[in-house]
Amino acid sequence: MVSWLSAEGLSVRRGGRTLMGPVSFDLTGDGIAVVMGPNGAGKTTLLRALHGLERRRGDVRWGDAGLAAGRNQAFVFQSPVLMRRTVLDCIAFPLRLDGVARAEARARAEVQATRVGLRVDLGGAVEDISGGEKQKMAMARALIRDPGIMFLDEPCANLDGRSTCEIEDILTQIRDSGTRIMMSTHDIGQARRLAGEVLFLHQGKLEEQGIGDTFFDAPKSKAATAYLRGDILL
Amino acid sequence: MSDFFGGIAQAARLILTLDPDLAEITLLSLRVSLMATLIASLIGLPLGAWLAINRFPARRTVIALLNGLMGLPPVVVGLFVYVLLSRSGPLGVLGLLFTPTAMVIAQVIIITPIIASIAHQAIRELWADYHDLLISLGATRRQRLITLIVDGQRPMLTASLAGFGRGIGEVGAIMIVGGNIDHATRVLTTAISLETGKGDFEMALALGLILITLAISVNLVLHTLNRTERGSRW
Repeated sequence: MVSWLSAEGLSVRRGGRTLMGPVSFDLTGDGIAVVMGPNGAGKTTLLRALHGLERRRGDVRWGDAGLAAGRNQAFVFQSPVLMRRTVLDCIAFPLRLDGVARAEARARAEVQATRVGLRVDLGGAVEDISGGEKQKMAMARALIRDPGIMFLDEPCANLDGRSTCEIEDILTQIRDSGTRIMMSTHDIGQARRLAGEVLFLHQGKLEEQGIGDTFFDAPKSKAATAYLRGDILL
Repeated sequence: MSDFFGGIAQAARLILTLDPDLAEITLLSLRVSLMATLIASLIGLPLGAWLAINRFPARRTVIALLNGLMGLPPVVVGLFVYVLLSRSGPLGVLGLLFTPTAMVIAQVIIITPIIASIAHQAIRELWADYHDLLISLGATRRQRLITLIVDGQRPMLTASLAGFGRGIGEVGAIMIVGGNIDHATRVLTTAISLETGKGDFEMALALGLILITLAISVNLVLHTLNRTERGSRW
């Protein structure tokens, strides 16, 4: 199977210290690639490095040349970045950067708001909406350029069950529409529900890579086995 | 105490009778300080924003210098501008000494560091919030600067108003470069200084109360126009 993303010796160093890596992997499946691991394992750093938000070492190769372009990638941060604008203008912002006229950008933002099921006053301030709606706003903003790949850093952290369920439904729809998704989570249940492929990180290193069900049913590494069992990894 | 109440009564009388001399010096005060604020904002706001998002070797020194210039002694600025504009000075040929333009120049020098420093602080915080999003979306340096200025317009307004407050209440520099000439360069602060020197405390207090009312009114009008403190925190 052709890999859509592969990394070779990918690492991130800051202040003379290695934060993550070196890691090497190939992603080949059509499903969602989930990065798992305990806090501090390097999940966020890995996603940020792939997206170009961290200075990285090593090789990153995109199977589809189009995916390499920054504007064909989108990143949803764990804490949604709330711009000092209305909900609609926050969603429309990437298009405004692309030079799209305000009216057209807003019209397309409304379409994305509907797509992610955002049921709020789109003309209101973004900081006045709930946590789940803020995350939906961030996803609508990420989707508005119709990206080829979407990175999501723990998109459901701090959300309740209902909001988590809604976000997962949206992620499934995005995946089905052909957008590649790579996300991090330390919610094992969510990983089980969504993962096509799993990258399990521990202490900045890739401990294990596997296909979703196989990984969860029979993890090979000690760290992954302990993590899935619910043990605390130090 | 009688001077105080006398001052209030005098202020009320001057306002209610639309005293022409009062109107003249009030309008000149407004004209000089608003013009100086406008020019200083055009320099200070982009400078503050630029300093917040750019890294260069002497950045810390420039910021420290800017913060230090917030405490520029107005009398020294007045003296500096006087020497520049006096007949034997390098800009003496322009014939600007003892004109409202000279007063504007002095105020611009005094308030630009204030506006730039406050804007820098506000934009630095906004940049910390927006940094990852703007980099992720591939915003150019110019787009980043514009986005921060647009979304930081309310703290920027505060910066400009702080500059206006300093300008409209300033007396030392404009006394030196303006000369407090009746019907030419007399403004509220220099008039207060004159009346105090003459021992007419009632009139000085009346002018002082009018000055305070004017400064508060300008702030209120601008906040109302900019819809601060409405609908949301920002």
